[in-house]
Amino acid sequence: MSAHIGSLLRLDRVDAGYDGTVVLRDVSLDVYDNQFSAVVGPSGAGKTTLLRLLLGTVKPSGGTVRRRDGLRTAYVPQLETVNWDFPLTVFECVLMGRASRSALPWPSREERAEVGRLLERLGIGHLQRRHIRELSGGQQQRMFLARALIRRPHLLVLDEPTSGVDANTRHDILHLLADLHVEGIAIILTTHDLNGMAAHLPHLVCVKGTIIAQGGPSDVITPDVLEQTYGARMEVLRHLDLPLVVDPRVTLATAG
Amino acid sequence: MDAFLDAIVHPLQYAFFQKGLLVATLSGALLGLTGVYITLRGMSYIGHGLSHSIFGGFAASQLISAQFFLWGAGVWGVMSALAIITVTRRHRIGADAAIGVVTTASFALGIALLTHFGATGPSFESALFGSILGISQGQIYMLYAVAALTVTLVFVRYRALLFATFDPDVAAVSGVSVLATDIMLMVVLSLNILSTLNVVGVTLVAAMLVIPPVTARMLTDSFAATLVLATVIGALSGAIGMYLSYSAEVPSGTMIVLIGAVAFTLALATAGRRRRLRAARVPAVAVS
Repeated sequence: MSAHIGSLLRLDRVDAGYDGTVVLRDVSLDVYDNQFSAVVGPSGAGKTTLLRLLLGTVKPSGGTVRRRDGLRTAYVPQLETVNWDFPLTVFECVLMGRASRSALPWPSREERAEVGRLLERLGIGHLQRRHIRELSGGQQQRMFLARALIRRPHLLVLDEPTSGVDANTRHDILHLLADLHVEGIAIILTTHDLNGMAAHLPHLVCVKGTIIAQGGPSDVITPDVLEQTYGARMEVLRHLDLPLVVDPRVTLATAG
Repeated sequence: MDAFLDAIVHPLQYAFFQKGLLVATLSGALLGLTGVYITLRGMSYIGHGLSHSIFGGFAASQLISAQFFLWGAGVWGVMSALAIITVTRRHRIGADAAIGVVTTASFALGIALLTHFGATGPSFESALFGSILGISQGQIYMLYAVAALTVTLVFVRYRALLFATFDPDVAAVSGVSVLATDIMLMVVLSLNILSTLNVVGVTLVAAMLVIPPVTARMLTDSFAATLVLATVIGALSGAIGMYLSYSAEVPSGTMIVLIGAVAFTLALATAGRRRRLRAARVPAVAVS
């Protein structure tokens, strides 16, 4: 359903799941123009289902989902889901983002320039002709980011963008996303990394079958919310004004 | 050199060979082109399955009319392909299992009907092993039409087909109609198999859907180049196979597939060397 609403997207008391099994229940969430959020929660909590609701690839079994008219979304998938043996160069991959806009197989001069500009900006302009598997994890993440950005989205949705990358790459991706947010793109991502990723974002949504809590890191990363979400009491310290969770299970878990 | 030229030119004086060469080359190119999408979707077995399903359709449609068998088999094949998509999408069954159930059931039904009521149309043998020299003018026109349709659709839906094949979930979010693209591909595949069945036969059509694409994949890392190479390898396999079939006096279908297999073996050897060379070049890039 699309409509004139104050937010980009609104979930109102939504239930959703697969083949009759409800994964998320009674979820209400607004996504605004200036949103920069992380969805956190344990494996199987419904994080990816929430992203799919936002993207419109999962239909709600109850409640309503309303989108602003003309809303353009783009999605960056988990690297683990990609077929890396597919014959595809970096350039061809990024150009896919324009699949619905042109019927011609080859790129126009303007598209070629735009792909080049985006890849240069993301620091992988020199890898355009390389096969996608020849890139490192961070470079692959940037390639998919370029494919998403070529759609000029209002809302960018990323599934585990820092899964399987080292600390430096995570830092780079976080800064890149912060720059895009400053430029006016709303961003929602999922992460298992509470300390290295989520605590640095302005807004968190804590999920376990429903939304347990949402708000700033200091409001969400608390022992009570974490106990409701992860089922165990965890200690939360403060470091440089950021909450720091003292429990390995929230930083080491990698499954979606 | 003269002997080689003579071997090329001499068979061309026969009209049946000219027709066979044209049909074999076009069929190889067509199956190579479509096969790229099929193999990359992990559906290599569908060529084998659908060719058997269409064979069942041949048999069943003869019950209605000997003249109707081609259209009947076509409709039968398209319905089988759509049934595979439906079963795969609506139920928790993998594509390989859906292909196995739908196509073998279709094949079995056709054979049962044929055995019970008897055949009136083309022979079993020509459908099983191909009968390129016995192909009618109508079947050649059909091959032209299917080739033109396939190339046109691959051209105008190139980006959507690529996106839906590589990453259907993200393609759907990005405005690509994945279901429509999947249905289009299955219909084109059914028509491809139907129109080439008389060239290489039921048992070998699946091989020509798989061998040129996987051979091309080993020679390049680009999707566009894979499409072109698979089409060229398929066409060359058809042409060279037809010549060797003539000189060795063996069925054209088997020779076409054997030439494809030789190309695959050569590519395998070359790809190993390319990979080693690339591995020596890549590490400097693979740094975040």
